[in-house]
Amino acid sequence: MKQEFKVISQLIEEKSQALDVGCGDGELIEYLLKYKTKDIRGLEISKEKVQNCLSKGLTVIEGDAENDLKQFPDLSFDYVILSQTLQAFLNPEIVIKELLRVGKRAIVTIPNFGHWKVRIDLLTKGTMPVTKSLPNEWYNTPNLHMCTIQDFYNFCKKRNIKIYKSLSLNGEKISNISISNLKFKNLISELGIFLLEK
Amino acid sequence: MDNLSKVKSIIVKKSLKLDCGKEISNFPLAYETYGKLNEKRDNAILVFHALTGDQYASGKNPVTNKDGWWSYAVGPGKAFDTNKFFVICANVIGGCMGSYGPSTIDPNTKKPLGTDFPVITINDMVNAQYNLLEFFEIEKLFAVAGGSMGGMQVLQFVSNFPNKAKVALPIACTASHSAQNIAFNELGRQAIMSDSNWKDGLYEEKNNNPDKGLAVARMAAHITYLSKKGLQEKFGRKLQERSDLKFGFDADFQIESYLRYQGSVFVDRFDANSYLYITRAMDYFDLTKKFNGNLSKAFEKTKTKFFVISFTSDWLYPTSENRDIVISLNAIGAEVSFVEIKSDKGHDSFLLDIPDFLNTIKNYLNATFLELNETRI
Repeated sequence: MKQEFKVISQLIEEKSQALDVGCGDGELIEYLLKYKTKDIRGLEISKEKVQNCLSKGLTVIEGDAENDLKQFPDLSFDYVILSQTLQAFLNPEIVIKELLRVGKRAIVTIPNFGHWKVRIDLLTKGTMPVTKSLPNEWYNTPNLHMCTIQDFYNFCKKRNIKIYKSLSLNGEKISNISISNLKFKNLISELGIFLLEK
Repeated sequence: MDNLSKVKSIIVKKSLKLDCGKEISNFPLAYETYGKLNEKRDNAILVFHALTGDQYASGKNPVTNKDGWWSYAVGPGKAFDTNKFFVICANVIGGCMGSYGPSTIDPNTKKPLGTDFPVITINDMVNAQYNLLEFFEIEKLFAVAGGSMGGMQVLQFVSNFPNKAKVALPIACTASHSAQNIAFNELGRQAIMSDSNWKDGLYEEKNNNPDKGLAVARMAAHITYLSKKGLQEKFGRKLQERSDLKFGFDADFQIESYLRYQGSVFVDRFDANSYLYITRAMDYFDLTKKFNGNLSKAFEKTKTKFFVISFTSDWLYPTSENRDIVISLNAIGAEVSFVEIKSDKGHDSFLLDIPDFLNTIKNYLNATFLELNETRI
């Protein structure tokens, strides 16, 4: 999703140090290398994807966020990015904590389970929603902890995590999320993008 | 070993202070090169060999007439693409393919040095090879690379010369030889030294080599280079050219016959004293020692980009030890990449035709060369 990359890129200051957790084939890293900073690296669990990244000359380590963020000292990076993977972790809470330890700021994007299509799917069919951004069935989805933008907002509030900026992505449309429009954005956003600080 | 006259070498005139305290000078360092050094002299890769390797990483070894030890990796269009890069490989000091080692003839006594050769370290090997940069007038290498003991030399090189290589590829290695590593090496050394032909290392004068001891050392070591699964799949309990057990001590099983063969061909190309010296150097290797156990400190001054590689079935230099290198580099914010390649072939994997391994290196080097060297114009 190029639009997501664009938003993430806009949240990052130039020449800063960044880590992309769960960087996949390195598309976001390439995007940021081109537009934002030369100092970006990745962490990825899949060997094949790590090999693809390395083949492009990117700096990537094979590993997973739950075990391998430990090796980075406190505040190693200006930004730690977690793009659409929070829901796949066994323990998202620990991952968020680690992101905010290793990075001065964290950028977290979440596929929004509160989107109206998801709600209608569940309401009308009575089965677990399968949509464009959530293409798997309940039995083979890698997503263990789906949440809504509202859920994530509540989570941050409860743990005193500062939300510096929150943005909504609906198709190509980018807009700000604020307390006053939160309920509405939770209904129309496909993706929520959060800039966090401890 | 005949044909040694065909070997290229430089004579290192400068004095080199060894870790053991002795100084050496005017010593030969044998090398081979592949590809061409470009005009900017920025496409050189120094490849370090492992325990029983030599300078012939690719092509035909003119002394043994066998393929180079890294033929799968070094050559035109290969991982270390000699159409692009100038690959240099030297025989380590302590070796037996033309570099200064225990089989070097002492000019005073006209006899091989034998155990009068000083005990050397990985640090000494690397410092000796550093002279090749001056010889080829290379200000900065594009990369240093090597597997196993070659990987240890990569780590030592970057630690000693933090500004002399843009990229470092330590493969299937460790920053500190483990008790298990030392134990296996000691087994090999004891096999050699308990061969009655060894005669405190003076066998060359008698023209009677401790071949049996060296062969046993090789057999034992060879097992450590393979994985249990790999052995089982290749040999299982298959019998060697017989339909049933013979109730004796001949090689009934294919694995026995295979190991005996590996031992017998090894003694034709390798020197027993070199085996003692080089395994000793590996055992003494502990990059953390100088830095009070803090490996990060060994790399503190470097801007080199690291790419660490391990193999799933390598139990001699396991992923955990390779990961320790990665962790120590991350701790100081050094630029480091890491992947564990899937392979059933054990430690030997780094020498074999494993496409995931070779393709990743090839693409990584090509992309990084473009990024670091050509965008600079």
